[in-house]
Amino acid sequence: MGRYLVRRVLQFIPVFIGATFLIFALVFMIPGDPIRALSGDKPLPQSVQDTLRQQYNLDEPLWKQYVLYLGGVAQGDFGEDFRGREVTEIMGDRLPVTAKLALYAFVFEMIIGVAAGIMAGLKKGGFMDNLVRISTLAVISIPIFVLGFIAQLVIGVRFGWLPVSGLREGFMSYIMPAMVLGSVSLAYIARLTRTSLAENMRSDYVRTATSKGLSRRRVVGVHALRNSLIPVITFLGVDLGALMGGAIITEAIFNIPGIGNAVYQATLRQEGTVVVGIVTFLVLVFMISNLLVDALYAVLDPRIRYE
Amino acid sequence: MSETRDRAKGPKTRQTELPGIPPHETEPAPRLPPLEIPAPGEYDDATQKEPVAGPPASLWSDAWADLRTNWIFLISAAIILLFTVMAIAPQLFTSANPRECFLSNSLVRPSAEHWFGFDLQGCDYYARTVYGARVSMSIGVTVTAFAALLAVIMGSLSGYYGGWVDAIIARLTDIWFAIPTILGGIVILSLLGTRGFFQVAFVLIILGWPTMLRLYRSSVISVKEQDYIEAARALGASDFRILSKHILPNAIAPVVIYAAITTGVIISAEAALSFLGVGLQLPAISWGLMISGAQVRILQAPHLLLFPGIFLSLAVFGFILMGDALRDALDPKSR
Repeated sequence: MGRYLVRRVLQFIPVFIGATFLIFALVFMIPGDPIRALSGDKPLPQSVQDTLRQQYNLDEPLWKQYVLYLGGVAQGDFGEDFRGREVTEIMGDRLPVTAKLALYAFVFEMIIGVAAGIMAGLKKGGFMDNLVRISTLAVISIPIFVLGFIAQLVIGVRFGWLPVSGLREGFMSYIMPAMVLGSVSLAYIARLTRTSLAENMRSDYVRTATSKGLSRRRVVGVHALRNSLIPVITFLGVDLGALMGGAIITEAIFNIPGIGNAVYQATLRQEGTVVVGIVTFLVLVFMISNLLVDALYAVLDPRIRYE
Repeated sequence: MSETRDRAKGPKTRQTELPGIPPHETEPAPRLPPLEIPAPGEYDDATQKEPVAGPPASLWSDAWADLRTNWIFLISAAIILLFTVMAIAPQLFTSANPRECFLSNSLVRPSAEHWFGFDLQGCDYYARTVYGARVSMSIGVTVTAFAALLAVIMGSLSGYYGGWVDAIIARLTDIWFAIPTILGGIVILSLLGTRGFFQVAFVLIILGWPTMLRLYRSSVISVKEQDYIEAARALGASDFRILSKHILPNAIAPVVIYAAITTGVIISAEAALSFLGVGLQLPAISWGLMISGAQVRILQAPHLLLFPGIFLSLAVFGFILMGDALRDALDPKSR
């Protein structure tokens, strides 16, 4: 177990550097001069331009800019935008919103997804099974932005049950975006639970448990379900990446001032430092959560450890 | 077809039937994969336990027999066929020109003559929706084909040779893996000044290949341990021959399943990127762009959102359903 974790952490470092350098290099290869763009029609004096360039390390070669940047990140400094606002400050404003949205989406998809998966997996080929199978496929197929608009139009406008956009009504405002954001993962979780539960229900240890005379509730809930949820847990690591990608779209549709919206707006405005800062942070979150899931996986499934 | 099927009967008949063929082309495994219609070795144990009626069939012909009667497969094939025809020959579906617009028709609601109504510029919306299939289908197929090609080449090297080649490729895929697709797509595409078909396809290919590579790599690793690979090597077959003739047909099944699903996912991703304004640009006709344009008039003209949304979802549904049917047919473990 210890060796496995050490190996995973050691693999983590080059991948993190590679991924962030990739983003860094791409963003700062944008043709055009950000300092000149900053001043608009009236060019800044050469001396001011030089000072700014020096201040943002723009006079250094790309690799050195990156090393300096990474040094800053290690100390919690993600740089600042060209108006002097700290990227960490922007993230501080926006992150709680996205975290809340993702958390609600997560709770929603876990509860409904696992429940639907259990109902389908217990009787493979039955009515519930086919219903879950087809309806999850339909949910996966409808792109998240189409789903978002339909939800806005029907739930928000036609029936007026929930606020259409923005965050003015607190928790109520989060419900619809969270459901839209979690819908695709919900479908995947339901399908994963269904497949693995159906497989485990046929296994020897479940037959043993049943023939020992345990109640069905105990056989399913304690014996089969515990093992069936292992693949679901590993999915959650991947899911975080999907939630982040989905958050960009969901926040755009529902006009939610979260981190996805911030990175999207910054990309459109070509604010390189903000884009790189937030994306670096998101990649870090994504990788750490995958690392944690891997560790958890190794705890839950002993076969992984002795690989 | 019948000749190759006979060859699969077993070692006894094979020797007499194929006298002139150089030794390394006949494969020594008892359930050998015929060269064109192969059976993945990893499934052999599972399939052999089942009593087989009639001549022993390979996994692929088995799968085909299964699929022909599977209504899920037939529905998905019909949907994909419909959109393929729509992409190749949209004129078959509409006589209207999607670029011939009259402002006097702006935002006219659907009617008996014009089923889907008109958009802001007064273009016939049915015609535009039909012509939108071309971009989506060609992006989906192009991206999946190139990503699969890349995955098979790199996955072969990685899985077959192992060692440092594998280590380098694994780290490369890890790096791409760490960047979520939509996030990476937005960052890269927003840097490109003009974004047409090729730019969008390129970005989706480089973001999409790592998953397929991993699938193919692990599939290659399990196949290369099989006896028939050992035998082919002992008979002096070159690495290229082993990889292309023996490993590829037996290891490709997971990639085929995943490719069907990926095509749907890519179509959806292209629409999402175009919707966010970092994908295709006007005057291209794309479902993502149409939905993006409908966004601001969602209350006034919901039909502008509805029709491209339905077409888009249906196309994605077709491919994902196909993947589901293929998985049932190609993976005997799930039966």
